[in-house]
Amino acid sequence: MQTRREMLAHSATVVGLLGAAGMLPAAAQAAWNEAAFSAKTLADVVKAMGGGAPAESKDVTVTGPDIAENGAVVPVGASSSAAGVKRLMLLVEKNPNALAASFDLTDKVEANVTTRVKMGQSSNVYAVAMMGDGKVMYAVKEIKVTLGGCGG
Amino acid sequence: MADPMRIRAQVAGDKATVRVLMSHEMETGQRKDSSGKAIPAWFIQEVTVAHNGAPVMTAQWGPSVSKNPFMQCAIKGAKAGDKVTVSWTDNKGDKRTDEATVS
Repeated sequence: MQTRREMLAHSATVVGLLGAAGMLPAAAQAAWNEAAFSAKTLADVVKAMGGGAPAESKDVTVTGPDIAENGAVVPVGASSSAAGVKRLMLLVEKNPNALAASFDLTDKVEANVTTRVKMGQSSNVYAVAMMGDGKVMYAVKEIKVTLGGCGG
Repeated sequence: MADPMRIRAQVAGDKATVRVLMSHEMETGQRKDSSGKAIPAWFIQEVTVAHNGAPVMTAQWGPSVSKNPFMQCAIKGAKAGDKVTVSWTDNKGDKRTDEATVS
């Protein structure tokens, strides 16, 4: 008779072997932070990413249009003037999962990234900067969407 | 294998601006097809930017990044002739790597 503990240990070994053999795509993406990407609010995302309490700051800027005609393609950017930013994140408050993208920076790149996101409805968009010491700063901007990007 | 990325890297002062346009469906998993079944999520999870072979930035993306994603960043100290490599991995394990020369 197998205990639950043994069974878990066995399945972990099997998963490990499969991963080693390159049979599990997930093994290649171990770094993808599922908890952060399934979180619903700014505070939860920051917690899942291992940061401290977020504080609004002028050192962080969120760029984007005031009104987006097409919610499927909304150009947004995050940048920070502070030194030592380790990570920049973009969050859309009213999307099913708030976190859209997270950029791990090194000192070789500027703390300034731009991408395009989908927005289901008009919402606040946050740019969040995580510093090397765990301090978290954010900026917020409201973007109005005329046509939602999650329909169909 | 997915279509190639379009990468443009241009020197601007002491840095190079890198613009990447990827070709990917970026299905969120929230949409339903005509028979009412949810279309499974299919999106890029990880993007890596390397400068002359050394990784300078890693990004993790969720499904709410737009279809055919665009990304812009700036690499400090990159000069004309340097190589910029961008690779992505999606949640099905598909990968793609493309390289461009800084101009």
